[in-house]
Amino acid sequence: MPGPHANKKAMLATGRPKELRRVVKRLFSYLEKDRAKLVLVFFCVLISALSSLAGSYMLRPIINMLVSPEGSVKALAEGVAVMLMIYAAGIATQYLQARIMVQVAQDALQKLRNDLFCRLQRLPVSFHDTNRTGDLMSRFTNDVDAIGEMLTSTIVQILSGAISIVGTLALMLYTNIYLTVITVVMVPLMMKAGQTVANRSRKYYQRQQASLGALNGYIEETVSGQKVVKVFCHEEKALQEFEQYNADLKKNQIMAQFFGGIMGPVMGNLGQVNYSLTAVVGGALCVLKGFDVGGLAVFVNYSRQFSRPINEVSMQMNTIFSALAGAERVFDVMDAEPEQADAKDALVIEERAGRSFWKVSQNNSKYAFKLRDTTFRPEVVLQDVTFGYVPGKTILKHITLYAKPGQKIAFVGSTGAGKTTITNLINRFYDVDSGSITIDGVDIRDINRECLRRNVAMVLQDTHLFTGTVMENIRYGRLDATDEEVIQAARTASAHSFIMRLEHGYDTVLQGDGANLSQGQRQLLNIARAAVSKAPILILDEATSSVDTRTEKHIERGMDRLMADRTTLVIAHRLSTVRNADAIMVLENGEIIERGDHETLLTQQGRYYKLYTGLSELE
Amino acid sequence: MKRYRKYVLPYWKYFVMGPILMIVEVIGEVFLPALMANIINVGAANHDVSYILMTGGMMIALAFIMMAGGIGGNYFAVKAAVSFAADLRRDLFARVQDFSFHNIDSFSTGSLVTRLTNDITQIQNVIMMGLKLFLRAPGMMIGAVIMAFAINPSLAAILLVVIPMLAAMIMLIIRIGFPRFDFMQKKLDLLNSGIREALTNVRVVKSFVREDREEQKFAEANAQLKEAGLRAFKVVIFQMPVMMLAMNITTLAVVWVGGNMVLAGTMPVGDLTAFTTYIVQVLMSLMMLAMVLLQSSRAVASARRITEVLDTKPDLTDEDASDADAVIQKGDIEFRNVSFSYYKEREEKVLDHISFSITHGETVGIIGSTGCGKTTLVQLIPRLYDVDEGEVLVDGIDVREYSLKHLRNSVGMVLQKNVLFSGTILDNLRWGDEQADPEQVRAAAQAAQADDFIRSFEKGYDTELGQGGVNVSGGQKQRLCIARALLKKPRILILDDSTSAVDTATEAMIRRSFRTELKDTTKIIIAQRITSVMEADKILVLEEGRIVGEGSHRELMASCETYREIYESQMDKEVTA
Repeated sequence: MPGPHANKKAMLATGRPKELRRVVKRLFSYLEKDRAKLVLVFFCVLISALSSLAGSYMLRPIINMLVSPEGSVKALAEGVAVMLMIYAAGIATQYLQARIMVQVAQDALQKLRNDLFCRLQRLPVSFHDTNRTGDLMSRFTNDVDAIGEMLTSTIVQILSGAISIVGTLALMLYTNIYLTVITVVMVPLMMKAGQTVANRSRKYYQRQQASLGALNGYIEETVSGQKVVKVFCHEEKALQEFEQYNADLKKNQIMAQFFGGIMGPVMGNLGQVNYSLTAVVGGALCVLKGFDVGGLAVFVNYSRQFSRPINEVSMQMNTIFSALAGAERVFDVMDAEPEQADAKDALVIEERAGRSFWKVSQNNSKYAFKLRDTTFRPEVVLQDVTFGYVPGKTILKHITLYAKPGQKIAFVGSTGAGKTTITNLINRFYDVDSGSITIDGVDIRDINRECLRRNVAMVLQDTHLFTGTVMENIRYGRLDATDEEVIQAARTASAHSFIMRLEHGYDTVLQGDGANLSQGQRQLLNIARAAVSKAPILILDEATSSVDTRTEKHIERGMDRLMADRTTLVIAHRLSTVRNADAIMVLENGEIIERGDHETLLTQQGRYYKLYTGLSELE
Repeated sequence: MKRYRKYVLPYWKYFVMGPILMIVEVIGEVFLPALMANIINVGAANHDVSYILMTGGMMIALAFIMMAGGIGGNYFAVKAAVSFAADLRRDLFARVQDFSFHNIDSFSTGSLVTRLTNDITQIQNVIMMGLKLFLRAPGMMIGAVIMAFAINPSLAAILLVVIPMLAAMIMLIIRIGFPRFDFMQKKLDLLNSGIREALTNVRVVKSFVREDREEQKFAEANAQLKEAGLRAFKVVIFQMPVMMLAMNITTLAVVWVGGNMVLAGTMPVGDLTAFTTYIVQVLMSLMMLAMVLLQSSRAVASARRITEVLDTKPDLTDEDASDADAVIQKGDIEFRNVSFSYYKEREEKVLDHISFSITHGETVGIIGSTGCGKTTLVQLIPRLYDVDEGEVLVDGIDVREYSLKHLRNSVGMVLQKNVLFSGTILDNLRWGDEQADPEQVRAAAQAAQADDFIRSFEKGYDTELGQGGVNVSGGQKQRLCIARALLKKPRILILDDSTSAVDTATEAMIRRSFRTELKDTTKIIIAQRITSVMEADKILVLEEGRIVGEGSHRELMASCETYREIYESQMDKEVTA
C-alpha cells in the first residue's frame, strides 16, 4: 500500500497567492496562435463600441435640427441614413467578434483539456496515489469551465466596457464639461459603494461555501452508509444531525446571497441618482447658460451609458477571479513532475517472431555484454532493495531475492508489510531508494520504461474495468489479439462460462467499472486480461481474493497454465493459493523474515507456521 | 408542480413581498424618463429653474426609493428561495432515510448525493432569479409600453411590430439552441466519465503501456465536445446582434416618424428622447425574460430528478403491521417456503423455496459459494427486503407484523460491506446504544476482541476515525463493527462474513465470548472459512438459492457432497489427495 502522503511537493500550492501575472500570461499563451484573430476581434469590438457611441451621439444634431428653424424632412432623412449605416456596422462587427471569439475560446479550451489530460497520463503513480480523483476531476470540469466562461465572454465585455467608458467620457467632455464633473464625482462614490458590498459578500460567500462543504460531506457519508443507518434504526438521529447542517447552511446562504444580490440595485440606482442629478443640472444649464436641448438629451443618455459598463465590469470581476483561480489549479497539475524520462541509450526489448530480444545501442558500454547474448530471459533479481514512500519512513528494508525464469515466488505477510510495494517497484511505478532491481542482469532503470512494462503483466488488487464490451476489456492486455485468443485467455481464467451466460456474451457492454458483475467475476476478467498479454513476467496481487475457495480450486489448473512459462510473483492473503510456489517470502515490517518452500517453512515452525495454522493474525 | 406548494406556503409572505418590492424599482424606472422629459419640455422650454429643481429632487428621491425597493425585494427573494430549498432538501433527505434496501439499490449513491446537492441548488437559483424578475421584467415591459402609448400612440405602434418580431426571434434561437446545448452536455458527460475512468484505472493504463491509446480516445471525445460546443454557441451568439438590430430599427423608426411629427409640430422634442429610453426598457425586459426561460428549462431537469426521488414510495413499511406493539422476547426463527429475487421480472430466483427453523440461543453457520444467496437469506430476517413467497417468522410471528423499529432493534447485524462513520470510536460504538455508559461500551468491545487494540491507541476510545474508518486495519474495522452490533444487546445476532480479515485465533476467542456472554442470543454466522462455522449447532449449506445440506459438521461431512468439497478445498493438498 502506498503511503498516504507521498510526494507532497506536487500540489500544496492552491490557495497561496501566486504571481497573478504569470498565470495570466500562461493562459494567454493558449491564445497565441490565434493572435491575428484576436487583433480582428479587437477591431470589431472597437467598431461596435464606437458605433454604439456614435449612434447615440447622432441623436444630437438630429434633435437640434428638429427644434431649429432649418428643420426639414430631407435633413432628417440624411440623419437617419447616417445612423442606419452606423448601426449596420455595429451589428455586423458585433456578430463577427462573437463568432470569432467562440471559435478562439473553444480551440483554446480543447487544447487546454488535451494538455491537461496528456500530462495526467504521464504523471507518476505516486501523484495519482496522493491526489483524490474527485479533486482532479473538478479541475477538468469546474476549473476549465470557469476559464471557458472568461475566454468566451469576459474578455470581450471588459474590452468593450473599457472602450465605452473612455469613449463616453470623451463625448461627455466634448458635449458639456460642467455636466461631466457630476459623473466624474459620482463614479468613485459608486466604486466605493460597490467595494463595500463586495467585501461583505465575499466574507459571507466563504462561510456559505464552508457550510455547503460540511453539508455535502455529511450527505455523502450518510448516503454511502445508508444500509448501516437502516440496520441500526439510526434514521431519526441522522435526520436530526442533517437538520443542523441544513439550518447552518440556510443561515449563511441567506446572508451571502443577499449581499451578493444587492450589488445590482445599489450600483444601478446610484446610476439613476447620477442620471437625475445630470438632468437637474443640465436643465438648469439650458435655462441659465443656453445649453442646447439636444445636447442635454444625449448627455443624459451618456450618463446612463456610463454606469452600465461599470456595472458590467464589476459583475465580471467574480468570473475573472474564479477563472484565474481555476487556471492556477490547472497549471499546478501541468507543472507537476512527470515520470522521469528514459536515458537516451536505454535498453529496448524487441519482439521478433514471438520471441523477445534485447536491443542495445552501440555506444552503451555498460551493457556491451548484452550485444552478444541478446535473447530476453525473464529473470528478476532484487538486490538489497530499500524503499519508502515518504522520506524517513522505510517500507522495504534490504530485500534481496532471485526469481529464475519460470519460477513462482510468493509473498505473504500482514497489511503494511510491503508486499504490494515490491510489485510497485518492479513495474517502476516507484523507483528504489537504494539497492537495485535487475531483469536478465539489466538494472530496470536502464530499460526503456515502455518496454519494461510491456513485459510485465499485472493483475491488481483493485479490479478495474473500462466502459466497453467484455471482448474489448480482455483485449486491453494485447491490442492485436484475435477473438480466438481472447476467448482462449478467458477460458484460462475460467471466465468463459460466466461470460457466455451474460446477456450478449463477449459483446456485453460493461458500464461504470463493470458494476453489473460480482467482485469475483471482475477478478476473473482481470486475470483473462493478463493472460492475453504475452508478457513473460506476471504479477498477481491478491488476484483471487474475492473468488470463493471452491471456484478458486476450479481455476487452479488455468492459473497453473497461465504461470507455466512465466516468471510469476504472487501476493496472496489466503495461504492455500501459495502453497505450490517455488519459494515463499514471509514479509514483516518490510523485511523478509522467513523464506523457503511450503514444506521447509512448516518444519521451521516459525511465523509462516503460525500463520498457516491460524495462530496469529493476518490483516 | 403541486407537490412543491407546501414548500411555498410557510414562506408565502416572502414569496409575495419579493416581487412586490421589485415592482417599486420598476415603477421608478418607468417614471424617471417621464420626469426627465418634463424637465426638457416644461422646465427648459419655460425657463423655469425652480420647476427643474423640484422635478430633479423628485427624481433623486425616487432613485433612493428604488434602491430601497431593490434591496428589500432582493432580501425577500433570497429568503424565500433559500428557505424553500432548505425545506425541500430536508424532505428529500428524510425520504432517502425512509428508503428500503431495494430503493437504495435502485439509485446509485452518487446520483442521490447529486440530487441532494447540485439539483437543489439549481432550483434555488432559478427561484431566486424568478422572484427577482417575475414581476420586474413583465412589469417593466408593460409600464414602458403604457408610457410609450401615453406619449404618442401612433409612434408607439412601432412597438407592436417590433416586440412580437423580437420575441419570435428569441424563441427561435432558444428552440434551435437548446437541443444543441443538450447535445453538448451529453458530450461533456461522456468526456468526464472517460476522464474518471482513466484516472481511477491509472495503474492498469500504465502497466499495459496504453497511455497513447487513452490520449487518442480522449482527443476524439474532446474534439467532439468542441464541435458540439461550436454548434451550440454559433446559435446563441445571434442573440445580441438580433437584440441590437431590433433596438436600432426601432430607434431609427422612432427618429424618422417622430422626427417628422416634431417637424409637423404634433410632438414636443422632449418626448422623443423619453420615447427612445422606453424602447430600450421594453427590449431589455424581453431579454431578461428570455434569460429566465433558458435558466428554468435547465431547472426543470433538476426538478424532474428530485421528483423522481420524492415519488419513489418506500416499498417496505410497517403501516400494515398488525402486531406493532409486539417485542421479540426469545429469538426463534423460522423460514417457511421462502422464495425471493431482486429483479421481479426475471425468472431465476435468488432464494428458491427455503424452509428451516432455528431455536433461540442456537449458533447457526451458513456456508456456500459466492452468489448463492447467503447474504440475501439473512437480510430477510430484519426485513431489509420482503419475501416474494412464503414467510419469515420470528418468535412465531411473521416479520411483516412487527413494527420495523422493534424488529430491527432486536436484530444485531454486521453487514458484509460495513462502514464506520467519522467521529470517535466511542461515537461509532454508541450507534448500538446511545445511552450506553463507558463500562458497557468496553464490555462490548471486549467481547468483540477489540478492547485491547483500541486501548493501544494514544487516545483510546476517543480516537477519531476518518471517513469510512480509514485509519484502522481491515481486521480491526470488522471487530469494531461487531462490538457496535453487540451493544444493541440483540436477541438475534447476524454476522455476514464479518471476520474474514480476523485471524483464526482471535476469531475463536470471539466465538468463545459469544458462547459465554450471548448464551440466549440466536447467532447466525455466514463465513467463507469452514473453521468459522465448524463448531456451530447447525450449519446450512446453500447452493444456487437452495439448501443442499443441514446439520452439524460431522453429519454434513457424512451426508453432504458440496460441504465436503468446500471442506477439502480449504484443507491441505495431502489431505485432499
